Amino acid sequence: MDAPKLIIAGVTKTFHGDRDDIVALSGVDLEIGENEFVSLVGTSGCGKSTLLMIVAGLESASSGEVTIDGSRVSAPGLDRGVVFQTYTLLPWLTALGNVEFALRAAGEDGAEARRIALDHLSLVGLRDFASAFPVQLSGGMKQRVAIARALSYRPKMLVMDEPFGALDALTRQHMQELLTRIWEHHRLTVLFVTHDVEEAVYMSDRVAVMTNRPGRIKTIVEIDLPRPRNYNMIGTPPFAQRQRRVLDEIRSESIEIAALGETTG
Amino acid sequence: MPPSNSTRGRAGGSSHPPERRPIFALTTRLSAFEFTLIAAFVFVVLAILWWLAAALQLVPPLFLPSPRAVLARLFELGRSGKLMTDTLVSVYRITVGFLISTVLALPIGVLIGSYRVWEAAIEPLVDFVRYMPVVAFVPLTILWTGTGDAQKFLIIWIGTFFQQVLLIMDNVKTVPREFINLGRTLAMPGARILTRIILPSALPSIWDSMRISLGWAWTWLVVAELVAATSGLGYRITTAQRFFQTDTIFGYLLLLGLLGLVTDQAMKFAGRRLFRYLEVR
Repeated sequence: MDAPKLIIAGVTKTFHGDRDDIVALSGVDLEIGENEFVSLVGTSGCGKSTLLMIVAGLESASSGEVTIDGSRVSAPGLDRGVVFQTYTLLPWLTALGNVEFALRAAGEDGAEARRIALDHLSLVGLRDFASAFPVQLSGGMKQRVAIARALSYRPKMLVMDEPFGALDALTRQHMQELLTRIWEHHRLTVLFVTHDVEEAVYMSDRVAVMTNRPGRIKTIVEIDLPRPRNYNMIGTPPFAQRQRRVLDEIRSESIEIAALGETTG
Repeated sequence: MPPSNSTRGRAGGSSHPPERRPIFALTTRLSAFEFTLIAAFVFVVLAILWWLAAALQLVPPLFLPSPRAVLARLFELGRSGKLMTDTLVSVYRITVGFLISTVLALPIGVLIGSYRVWEAAIEPLVDFVRYMPVVAFVPLTILWTGTGDAQKFLIIWIGTFFQQVLLIMDNVKTVPREFINLGRTLAMPGARILTRIILPSALPSIWDSMRISLGWAWTWLVVAELVAATSGLGYRITTAQRFFQTDTIFGYLLLLGLLGLVTDQAMKFAGRRLFRYLEVR
């Protein structure tokens, strides 16, 4: 493997509350290679979203550092495309307008911005909906526009925070297939937070399991399943075996929480 | 009652599908036509009650003139041109006063809704002034600026500006955090996030706030005109009171209500056009 694209080194995060300080992350180390798809899973409240926000530059680490291609991340930037769980489409702009909005922020303008935006809407299969307003789009379509938007300005990597978490099961499945297809064709570096283990295994090269709060990387499960992947793989023994491994790792963490609850509660 | 139920079903079935909607249920929707019909019905009922009370002389005409007397007086004032001049003068004052107030409140409201520092600096002060009764400023403003248009603008400004600032601040605060974060991930500078994301995002609710505060502005204008003026709707009302012309007072009150209703509906309509993206199908 070449030099890692993203390096998370010794990242800790402490939230200072009124009475107590909450240590959300303590010493997270993780490296993601060029064009690698890595998912972050863990029990709820383990700090996976916090870690993602730090990588996105929307939160700052209390200590440790995040570097992309060797340069340190201290603020949000166009080198990272961020996709949030809520679709964050601006309601007064059309699908096309929303993608162009990002391109304009990235310094692209006029006809060229329009061409790139339309290309990316085609990529997510929404070219025919270019002039639709967000209120006219379903949840899945909105998230596809958001993905097109995040890809349009060619960031070095995609950072996704439970992007399909609010979608119904069927739409979610389509979105997973779509993102996998895009990833396999275009090769991107992706850091993907989810609480859905099947989703993580299906899409990722590696799945990083986090410990309970304060979060660290507990273990990394290699998903050495062949690509291109398709939905028929789910349920096959090799798939189920890896899914099982990830689940067991998370489960031992949640059992720990339950046990803690019994002794203190 | 089953029998009445079935007859009603059949009666409705002759022209419409036999569908019975519970009108008074929480989630019942009305068509625009039904809505207007009900609204008009209430006005008509009140007008009839008024007419009855006057016709039966339940109240002496000096206190409650008949609808006919009020309309006659309005026509007379209309013919002499007084009605038009009074209305134009007041509309001019409200337009200028309200615009000054809005133009000033908009940037300040957006600023203190977006930046905690500015909120700390300005919001408590605004709250403090907001609780000073506007009427108490009337003598002061007369001392400062006389009884001309400037004093009316000032009273409208005092009465609306501070309220508007707080309303706009609240509107801005409801802009989803994710929208702001979107701007940050696109490396947009704060000022651009303010103008390109926060302002357009809050605009529909700001529009509503303006619509509501315009109603208050009318109140303050009439108050100012009642106390000291030589023209305007409020001035005419005070003069009428001096001569016991209750019909003029009633006529002008109705006119004020009508002006309010019309501007309110116009702003609602304009808002729906401006922010069509919120409900396009």
